Amino acid sequence: MNASPISSGCAAKIATRVAYGEALVEMGERFENLVVLDADITKAMQTGAFSKRYPERSVDFGIAEQDMMAAAAGMATMGKIPVVNTYAVFAALRACEQLRTFVAYPNLNVKIVVSHGGLAVGWDGVTHQGLEDMSVVRSIPNVAIVHPADAVSTKKLLPQILAHEGPVYFRLGRNAVPVIYSEDHEFEMGRAEVLTDGRDVAIIACGLMVSESMKALDILASEGVRARLVDMHAIKPLDAAAVIEAAELTGAVVTVEDNNILGGLGSAVAETLGENCPTPMRRIGIRDCFGESGEPDALFEKYGMSAAHIADAARQVIALKK
Amino acid sequence: MASGSLADMDAVARQIRCDIIKMIHAAGSGHPGASLSSVEILTALYFSVMKVDPERPRWAERDRFILSKGHACPVHYAALARRGFFPVEELATLRRINSRLQGHPDMNKTPGVDMTSGSLGNGISCAGGMALAGKMDGLGSRIYVLLGDGEIQEGVVWEAAMTAAHYRLDNLCAILNNNGLQLDGNTRDVMNIEPVADKWRSFGWNVIDADGHDLDSLVAAFDFARRAKGQPSIVIADTTKGRGVSFMEDECDWHGRWPTVEETESALLELGDRP
Repeated sequence: MNASPISSGCAAKIATRVAYGEALVEMGERFENLVVLDADITKAMQTGAFSKRYPERSVDFGIAEQDMMAAAAGMATMGKIPVVNTYAVFAALRACEQLRTFVAYPNLNVKIVVSHGGLAVGWDGVTHQGLEDMSVVRSIPNVAIVHPADAVSTKKLLPQILAHEGPVYFRLGRNAVPVIYSEDHEFEMGRAEVLTDGRDVAIIACGLMVSESMKALDILASEGVRARLVDMHAIKPLDAAAVIEAAELTGAVVTVEDNNILGGLGSAVAETLGENCPTPMRRIGIRDCFGESGEPDALFEKYGMSAAHIADAARQVIALKK
Repeated sequence: MASGSLADMDAVARQIRCDIIKMIHAAGSGHPGASLSSVEILTALYFSVMKVDPERPRWAERDRFILSKGHACPVHYAALARRGFFPVEELATLRRINSRLQGHPDMNKTPGVDMTSGSLGNGISCAGGMALAGKMDGLGSRIYVLLGDGEIQEGVVWEAAMTAAHYRLDNLCAILNNNGLQLDGNTRDVMNIEPVADKWRSFGWNVIDADGHDLDSLVAAFDFARRAKGQPSIVIADTTKGRGVSFMEDECDWHGRWPTVEETESALLELGDRP
């Protein structure tokens, strides 16, 4: 394995949506056809810096996500690279049909950037928590799904997403999360990152659950268990080679996501392993239920998604391979 | 044929009606009523009003047309074929497997189709996005979108109506095919849309009335819309569903009914089809 991509400094905490807003404004010059579309949540989506610098390339549709999504499709036919900004639940569910029929089906070059993915949204409760958005979008052809773990990967992946020809669903989070990667680490859209090289169990995680899994790694290490942690930012197309490699090296797999375990990362990994190298596995995530309001860590505890739960799932799969 | 005189356009409109009947009969399914009611609208646009080039269907500076009421695509396909975008013979492949002519419009399959459409209410949002992009680039292109009167019951239409007025999209012209019928019956009985002109006016649109079966009236309406500055226009085109075939006219049943062999012959006879 090459030098660790993990930042050696003390971990600052930055929300991926904040990192996105900072990176977006820098993309204006490089992508002159980039236009930024909002639906009245520019503050939450952090698009203000872009619209301040490029007012003529920013359009607010008001509280009208369906109109925004279909208009983005129209703009893309005119050669623009429209970036639609809203919360996961509103892009993937409220504007789902516009995304499916008018963006994905014609394979138009629209980028869908969403914040507030997952139970980690916390206090706002179910209406604003994207609990199944990745499952819904993953079932729509032509759309790539990228879910970065931290601020560095968010910033490094954004230009690749904008350069990618076709629709991309870029899922960001509301809350500040630890910066995992060192600033000089280079990413490739669609290629998983291997963070640790243990051989007892593989933990394949995405989004903020990568840092939650790092806490689980500490618990496991104290018991002498060494885990291979894979940051699967590429939910679709899935980095299947990285999944199979992790399964072959460890013989036991745990997936970790802040999304319904039906249809998201856990499903994608299970499908890949089932067809290529059946391996004992457990899925950590939202267990096909709705969430509720609350402090994010308390919710993770209640819904079985904390570091302790991840460590427990790791022990279970290790036991299965014996 | 290329764009031409009104007399020529009358002949084109009659030919397009015959094409529609033949296509839907050959396909075994389709929507004759809506197609027949939109014939003059499509004829006026493609043979007089719109800047298009059949040799360059993706020409950047062309005008755009979105058939938001996508189920009326036979009229669109016939107009495109007669304008020279693809061979007229291909019309017989409508709705068949491997055909470029899908049951609803597909921008990647059919030359001349500017936007995939058919799920009702969304075409006007796509048109708004095109108009916004056109404004950003200072493009002279005009964006046309045809809506059904039943279609405007969809809520997203009114989101798009607000957007177009808010951003003063005077390069956008909607056409309402006001035929008074939808699948389940009279629009006024299923879900009343009246007062329809007042609704659009109150949303900030320039409202223009037209006889949707009179080419002069339609061309004049589109000219009027072109001259309106600072607001989008909508041409409320009064039409008759099934227009041109007496037994289909104003009959809700013909929204999505397939014409039998006898009905097809009878319709073509009435339209003066010359083989």
